[in-house]
Amino acid sequence: MSYIQAVNVVKEFGTGDSRVTAVRGIDLSIGQAEFISIMGESGAGKSTFLSMLGGLLQPTSGRILIGDVDIYGLKSDKRADFRREFMGFIFQSFQLVPYLNVLENVQLPLAVTHHTEKQKRELAVSALERVGLQDKALRLPNQLSGGEQERVAIARAVVNEPPILFADEPTGNLDSRNSNEVMNLLKRLNSEGQTIIMVTHSRANSSFAHRTVEVSDGQLSATSEAASQFTVSRQAAGAGA
Amino acid sequence: MKLHNIAINNLRRRKAKMVFLVSGLMIGVAAIVALITTIRILSEDIAHKMDEFGANIVITPKSEGLSLNYGGINLGGVSFDLREISESDLDKIETIKNAANVRIISPKVFGIFEHQGQKALALGVDFPAELSLKRWWKITGEKPSGIGQIVVGHEAAERFQLKPGSQVRILDKDFQVSGVLESTGSQDDQLFFMPLTVAQKLFDKEGKIAMAEVAALCHNCPIGEIVTQISEKIPAAKVTALQQVVASRMDALHNFQKFSLMVAALILLVGSMVVFVTMMGSVNERTREIGIFSAIGFRKSHIMKIILLEALIVSVASGVIGYLVGIGATRVAMPFFTEHVSHFSLDPLVAVGAVFLAIVIGLIASLYPATAASKMDPSEALRTL
Repeated sequence: MSYIQAVNVVKEFGTGDSRVTAVRGIDLSIGQAEFISIMGESGAGKSTFLSMLGGLLQPTSGRILIGDVDIYGLKSDKRADFRREFMGFIFQSFQLVPYLNVLENVQLPLAVTHHTEKQKRELAVSALERVGLQDKALRLPNQLSGGEQERVAIARAVVNEPPILFADEPTGNLDSRNSNEVMNLLKRLNSEGQTIIMVTHSRANSSFAHRTVEVSDGQLSATSEAASQFTVSRQAAGAGA
Repeated sequence: MKLHNIAINNLRRRKAKMVFLVSGLMIGVAAIVALITTIRILSEDIAHKMDEFGANIVITPKSEGLSLNYGGINLGGVSFDLREISESDLDKIETIKNAANVRIISPKVFGIFEHQGQKALALGVDFPAELSLKRWWKITGEKPSGIGQIVVGHEAAERFQLKPGSQVRILDKDFQVSGVLESTGSQDDQLFFMPLTVAQKLFDKEGKIAMAEVAALCHNCPIGEIVTQISEKIPAAKVTALQQVVASRMDALHNFQKFSLMVAALILLVGSMVVFVTMMGSVNERTREIGIFSAIGFRKSHIMKIILLEALIVSVASGVIGYLVGIGATRVAMPFFTEHVSHFSLDPLVAVGAVFLAIVIGLIASLYPATAASKMDPSEALRTL
């Protein structure tokens, strides 16, 4: 049963002679609680595709359905509400707000919700506990290591418990030990029921996913189930740690 | 965590930017406050000085006929109307609605006498009022200090060869010339000035006056209404506003105000440009941050609120500080412009206006940057997605 569906999605940038087609008619179905990895070379169109799946970039043509909602059929504000309620984003380079402390960064998606201040704080503390950073709640991002910043970004993405997580190169700026911690964290979140869609260059990271799709020149070029690889890779990562 | 926490934390933790932003707007507000306060004080000072420069209302007895006198040249008939009004009527001026605007009332009584075989005109005046009214008078000798002392006009002194200390006999009463007026170019040069009460007694006009000159402070006061109010109180008198004097005074003030408003508008424009450029720079600098807000589900209106809230906080701070700096600068600079620093007072209207102005400028100048921020494409802003 498809939970997220991309239907013949096309994205073009520019006009006339300078027109570039980044995504050329991708069809993809993702099941609920699935962990899917999107791989491809730089410029293949995988990040553009992820942006469109996440409701951040309007496709030139095609549709993105989440449940039975065509997210680009929604008006801009409604789409923002939809993102807030159903999606969490983990960005490359962490993208924490530098002038907010860890607790405030994690609470950010709750700033425009109707939770009470107490509830917001409890949800943020709970999210920090899930990533093991509850003791660093009052630090500023620049007082944390790269791995810790990524975990804060994950806590922010899950604070309102969205059913879908989008992760763009979540370990791109981390060493192997921190990468492994982050990937295990994502796997744990997935096992708790969250659908995860991750863009990565790393085969090792990809092996944590249930399925890997490869994008090449704006099109899906291959799909592979990764269940067996996941076991092998996890053992290898554990041995290396 | 609410939207205002984001705005406050951004300003709190980016102190240098906050200081720069506040300074930009504050300088504009301070300049306008200083200008407005200076204009007000100088306008009052100019008005005060101009009002000191002679009378602008003349009260004379009502006359049935037309005057046969123009520019001091007598065209036949009597050279001055000898009818009088009661001196006590002048007290009624203090009861008019705009009594506070009436600064000087200078009653006068005329009398003709003969000296060394020639006729001369004596004018009984209230010396303190008359000297206050005619600041341009320059007296050689002393101002009169007693009932036996008089001041003689320049031409009269030359004709009768009088100088300070000379004795003059007027209607069997001896007077000492305490001072001689330097030439004024007016009818005052031909007159003998003596205390009002003495003249009234000497010419048998006790309790009566021939005319009164009034100086009303007319900065923002309706001279026409004052004339009407006096006419109603003293029906026997003809009350005339010297329209030319009033008009020229008001023209001078209006021109000064117009110039000041132009300068203020220019400063306002520069101030708003500073805010606009700084806020636009701030928005561009925070592109990624705004992208994050948008990606995690902030609506356009939420992003606008954050930017405008920051602008509001900066504007209020700029308004308050700008007002205090402007007032301080005026207080420091005022002694260089006028000696009437005693007029200096804090105007709550200016204070409220300064803060309101800062808020309006701050918000208007930030509106476009806020709109631009809210319209930012989140994926473009984040670039990494």
